[in-house]
This record gives sequence, C-alpha cells and structure tokens, in this order.
Amino acid sequence: MEFFSIFNTQLLVAAVRLGTPIMLAAIGASICERSGVVNIAMEGIMIVGAFVSVTVALYSGSPWLGMLAGVLAGGLYSLLHAFSTVSLHLDHVVSGAVLNVLAFGLTRYLMVLIYGHPGTTDVIPVNLSEYQFAIPLLSRIPVLGPVFFNQTPIVYMSFALVIFFTWFLRKTKIGLHLRAAGEHPMALETIGVSVYKMRYLGVLVSGLACGLAGAYLSIENGASFTEGMSSGKGFIALAAMISGGWNPIGAALFSVFFGFADALQIRFQVFKVLAVPEELFIIFPYIATLAAVAGLVRRSRPPKADGVDFIIERAEG
Amino acid sequence: MNTQPVILETRKIVKQFPKVLANSDVSIQLHQGEILALLGENGAGKSTLMNILYGLYQPSSGEIYLHGKAVNFRSPREAIENGLGMVHQHFMLVENLTVTENIILGSEPGRGLTIDYAAARRQVKELSERYSLKVNPDSRIEDLSVGLQQRVEILKALYRKASVLILDEPTAVLTPQEVEGFFTVARRLRDDGVSIIIITHKLEEVKAISDRVYILRRGKVAGMRETSTVSKEELATLMVGREVVLTVHRTPHQRGQKPVFELKNLSVQGERGGEALRDVSLSVHPGEVLGIAGVDGNGQTELAEAIMGLRSVAAGKIIHKGELVTGLNTKKRIHRGIGCVPSDRHRHGLVLPMTISENIAMGLHRDKPNARFFSLDYPAMNSSANALIKRFDIRAPGPLTAAEQLSGGNQQKVILAREISRKPSFLLVNQPTRGLDVGAIEYIHSEILRMRDADAGVLLISLELEEIFSLADRILVLYEGQIVKELKPENSSEKEVGLYMMGGGP
Repeated sequence: MEFFSIFNTQLLVAAVRLGTPIMLAAIGASICERSGVVNIAMEGIMIVGAFVSVTVALYSGSPWLGMLAGVLAGGLYSLLHAFSTVSLHLDHVVSGAVLNVLAFGLTRYLMVLIYGHPGTTDVIPVNLSEYQFAIPLLSRIPVLGPVFFNQTPIVYMSFALVIFFTWFLRKTKIGLHLRAAGEHPMALETIGVSVYKMRYLGVLVSGLACGLAGAYLSIENGASFTEGMSSGKGFIALAAMISGGWNPIGAALFSVFFGFADALQIRFQVFKVLAVPEELFIIFPYIATLAAVAGLVRRSRPPKADGVDFIIERAEG
Repeated sequence: MNTQPVILETRKIVKQFPKVLANSDVSIQLHQGEILALLGENGAGKSTLMNILYGLYQPSSGEIYLHGKAVNFRSPREAIENGLGMVHQHFMLVENLTVTENIILGSEPGRGLTIDYAAARRQVKELSERYSLKVNPDSRIEDLSVGLQQRVEILKALYRKASVLILDEPTAVLTPQEVEGFFTVARRLRDDGVSIIIITHKLEEVKAISDRVYILRRGKVAGMRETSTVSKEELATLMVGREVVLTVHRTPHQRGQKPVFELKNLSVQGERGGEALRDVSLSVHPGEVLGIAGVDGNGQTELAEAIMGLRSVAAGKIIHKGELVTGLNTKKRIHRGIGCVPSDRHRHGLVLPMTISENIAMGLHRDKPNARFFSLDYPAMNSSANALIKRFDIRAPGPLTAAEQLSGGNQQKVILAREISRKPSFLLVNQPTRGLDVGAIEYIHSEILRMRDADAGVLLISLELEEIFSLADRILVLYEGQIVKELKPENSSEKEVGLYMMGGGP
C-alpha cells in the first residue's frame, strides 16, 4: 500500500470518532476546572459510565436507556469527587487518583458478580452506531460533509455540547458565577453566591460528560465493555483541556487532534506502510499529547483558584 | 454631635472563636451620612465586627439594629439586600473579568439564564457618571491600577444600592496620590447620603477623613471621640492602652571615624536586564543611621540584595571593615557580622511554619550553640530563643510556637531579635515597620536606635519618609538607581526630600 493513500477523508472521519470520547471528557473537564476543581478522576468516571451503559443496554435491550444510565452513573460517581474535594476539603489530585483506582476495582468486581468472569462482557444486540444518520445537504459538502454531518448520535451530541457550554460560560449568569468560583471564590461568596454550589455543578457537569464518553466507548463505538477500555482517554482529555486553554472549543479542537494521532497510528499499524515494528506506533498519540502540552502549556493560563480549596468559617454560634 | 438619625447600631456584640474572644460587648452607632472610623491595632477585633455586620460571621451574642429594627444576617446576600456594602482590604475582584462583569456579578441584569450585557454596561456607565467614579466598563481588572480597582469595588457596592458602606483598611495599598483621590470620593459619597464606616489602624487616616471615631482594643470599645476634638496622641494611647511615643527621641551620638561599611561605584543589573543601580557610592560609619529614601522600585531591592550577596555585582566594590567582600557568599558575609532585616518578613525574613527557636537559629544553625557535631542542639536553641523572647518582649507562648502564628509585629521582633543578638557591626534594615501597628513601630524604632547607640552602622531603607526622618542621621535619596542627593534631616524637610525622590530638586 502506498504511503500517502492513507491520508484520505476516512482518516478524518476516524479522527473525529476517536476524538469524541476525549472531546466529551475535555469539555467536562474545562467546566469543572473553571469552577476551581481539578478532576483527574475522568478516566475512572468514563469506565464506570461505559460499564453501566453496556449492562443496562443488555438487560433492557435499549442502547438509549443504556446511554442514559451511563450518563447518570458518571454524574453520580463524580459527586463522590465533589463531596470529597468541596465538602471534605480533600486534596483534589488525591481524591481523583483514589476514584480512578476505585473505578477499575469496582467494575472488575461487578463484572465477576454480574457476568461471572472478568474481562469482556457479552455483546449488546443493537448499538448506537446503527443510528448513524446523514444531515441532508450538509453531508454532501466534500470532505467536511462526511466528517461532521454523517455521524452517529453521541458524536452529534458532543458537537452540540461544545456549542452549548461555550454559550453557557460566556453568556449565562451561572456561567459567570462558575468562572468566578474558579478565579476568586471569595469574591463570589461575598456577594452572596455559594461557591460550593458552583463547584458541585462544575464537577457534576464533568461527571455527566464523562459518563456519556464512557457510553460512547462501549455502546456506540463498540458493543461490549472491556476492562480498562478507556485506555488513558480521560488523561488525554486533561491534556486537550490544557492545550485548549480551558475553553470548550479549544479543548474540542485538541481532542480531534489527538483523535487524529490515534487514527493515524491505527492506519500505520494496519497497513504497515513503514518498515518499523508496528508496536512503536501505539505510542504515537501519547507522544503527540506530550508534545502538545509541552509546547502549549506555558501559553495557556489556568483558572487562578484551580485546585485551591475554599473554606469559609461559618460560625458555630 | 451628629444630630442625624442612627442608621446602624450594634448592641453588646460578642464573638467567641474557638480560642479567642474576638469581640466582647461591642456597641457602636452609625449615623446617617457620616464617616465613622473604627480604629484599632491588628487583632483588636475590627474586622471580626465588620464581618459580623456583613453576615460572614454570626455573633455569639448581641444584636444588630438597622433603621431601628433588629436584624440577623445569615449570609452576605442578606446584608447586601438590606443595603450594606463592603470593600474588603484584599479586593474581591475577579482579575480576568471586566469591570462590568465584576460589578454585576451575582446581580446580573437580564431575563432568565442569560446576561443582558448591553444593559449591564449601560447601568455601570450611569452609575460611574452619577458618582463621578470614572472607570472604563470594558477594562479587565488585571489591567487597572490599585486605585481604580478600589473604585470598582465601591461601584460594586453602589450597584447593589448600598446605603451603608464598610471599607476595610482602604488606604493600605494606595499610593499617596491615590489616597487623596480616595478621600475625595469618600467625602462625596457622604454628601450624597451614604453612611460610611472606615476600618483602619492609621491615625492620620482617622484625622484626615472621619467625623467620629470608635477605638477598639482587644475586642472591646476603648472609647468614642469626635475627630475634631481628639489629638493623634490621645488616639494612640486609647488604641494601644498605654502612652505611645509617636516619634522616638534620637539623642545625639558621636559616630566613629572609620566607616564600617562602604560601597564604591556599585552597579547592579536589574531583574529584566538594564542597570538597576548605577555607580552607587556610600559609606556607613559606626554609630550612625544612614537612611535611603526613595519611591518603591528605584533600586532598593537590588541594593539590599547586592549588599547581602544575593545578587551579583556588575561593577564596583563592597567593603566591610576595610576588607573587600564583593566576592563572598551570603553565609560568609553573615559570619563577618553583616546583619539584615529583609523587607518582606514572610517571604525572606522567616520560614513561617518553623518555630521561633528554629527561625532564630537560622543562618548560624551550623555553629555553636545551635549545633553540635552534625545535629542541631535543640535544648540550646530553645534556651537562647527563650532569653530573646523575654528580652525583646515577643508575645508568644514559647520558643516552639510556629512563626506563622505570631502577629506581624511579633514576627518582626523575632527577626530583629535574631539579627541584633548576633551583635552585627553593620546592619541593613529594609522597610522594618511595613504594615505594623504604632505600638510595634515604636518598639522597633527604639531598638534600631539602640543598635546605633551601641556603635553599629545601620543602613535604613524605607519608603516612609516619616520613618527616615525620625531615625536617620544622614539621608541619601535614591532615584532611578542613582544617589541623587545627600541631606541632613535637621536642615531639610519631608517636602524637600519628596521632591528629590520624584527626580526633581531645586
């Protein structure tokens, strides 16, 4: 196979599809960190979402119910992070690390409990990719059409969420409050808006988004759950968020870039266009991540109170 | 007496924190349209009282009356809704948001979820024109000067229709020009019917701006005075609880013949390239205080760092007791008897989480009596720290108290105790009383003069002209990295020195 033949529209379609779970998590992370909570638990939340989606889809027969359940499970699981960081004032990174470990343990335990074995679950009868649909007219545009307007449901949802959360941050009252909570929480509290509520909201948004990302992995891109199937996407999403400057749009663009790196890697492996051991290509997306963060992290400015605990003496008298 | 009705009143407010009684029996009255000062040292309970009024803290007992009605604010929101506005000492502004966004935060115009930015901008403009508080509604806070940021804070309160404005240490961070501007604003607001409470520990501020003043001491009201009939001395006495000498008495003292410390044609690079100090020469004799006057940022930091060996020298010589020390590192300079009281006690003077005794040993911690062989000798360190705690009247439970638990004045005393107890022949003192109470200032000034009377050479760098004039035997004016003038305090005035500090002069 000729080297340049792999650079085609299909590669871009694959970039978007592989970038989607990263994008969802990165949007969520942007909202979460803008509220002032560092969330490295996204990998774990994604795994929980993926597992619950498949299980509910299997038992109910409906992938849509599965997706809904995955989103809710992600939201619920993230509330543990909100509770420990905001209410219990735990270190954000420690809490996130614990929740990641817990998520892997929990899903393995539930695998054995429900399916009787670890590893991979049964395959769901209908997955969401069967609901792929082309948007009339727009999907006819060369290159862009197939890439953006002939996609599966959760991919469309993630596009919509990018637009929604950009609007939310810039134009809404709650968006302004949330940004203030991540920059100067005391300024928000002293004009009478609860910082805790904003931070709970930020974490919850990231939990719901990661739940959806998990559902994408297991019941749209795939049709079953495999332990550890998120393979670092929750962490790559952090890189996308940082490189994208804590903005939903920027985060989304970098997610697609990382998706592109992943798609390229797969093609290099499959088509063996270069005479090197194919295993080497697996590290390609991670190197791209590293390079992007190393190159861009100095230019983007994190929210000032990102990861900084907020505590106010509520007098006990 | 003010005949206007009482708008806000506290009755017998008590606030008990787990370990301290911050307010006990505090009753004050604020009249309509007056500027009331609340004077007290750090830790006197001023801020606690204001935070109670503002709903951030709940009082342990006591009542608050607003317009004659008992109120109990459980959150700032309730206080705001009742017409209270507060400008905190550390501004509550989100730096990367615009002026408009900061002012409307929490009370945004617009229906439903979205913000009506056009309306917000218009309202902010109207407000700033009505009160003549000019500020660009679209600027980001991080691009504004501190004076303008304070304006935004005031507008923020007025936007919420505050009829009572509480200002916590409003001039602490302002330049002299900005202070004048602030006073004008405060008077205009008063004339518009806003009642103002100013929390402060500065006597000048009380005299300059307030109509009446309550003095707080150790959580209690120590007195109330009409500002026009009270002297600074009386205020200081009420505030500290004993007579305070506002200007320490400097007795004539014969200085030594041979200089103990000299700089010869010293040039030093600045942080961002360029020369921060150019061709600076000076000499300090034993038994004299040489004052360096200047506006902040004219080379003071670089001068201090070069003297202590923390910054390399581009050209010139540093001489101590006749020997060249330019090439010596900081440790060797300290061992030669060069002492330093740095300008930032939190960042450079102390290691805050460490104990008093560790902080006092620091720098000489490798030597007897602080160390034995390879380990620190804690019993010896503690006993010498204990002696210094007594000698310098450091208010602390003991030598094992962490430095961060001390008040600013006591932290400065720890540093002073460390440096003075080493009997330096030359002592660099950089802004020794920044942010301290009158009581602590008095003490530190007298200790500095005592060093001079014991024939040490003292180099005093200060941004406060008052301090320079009360301590220095000679004054050098530093302007843009150069010594532009030498003066004798007895033949000069603050006004004259101020002129040279701005680069002018007759």
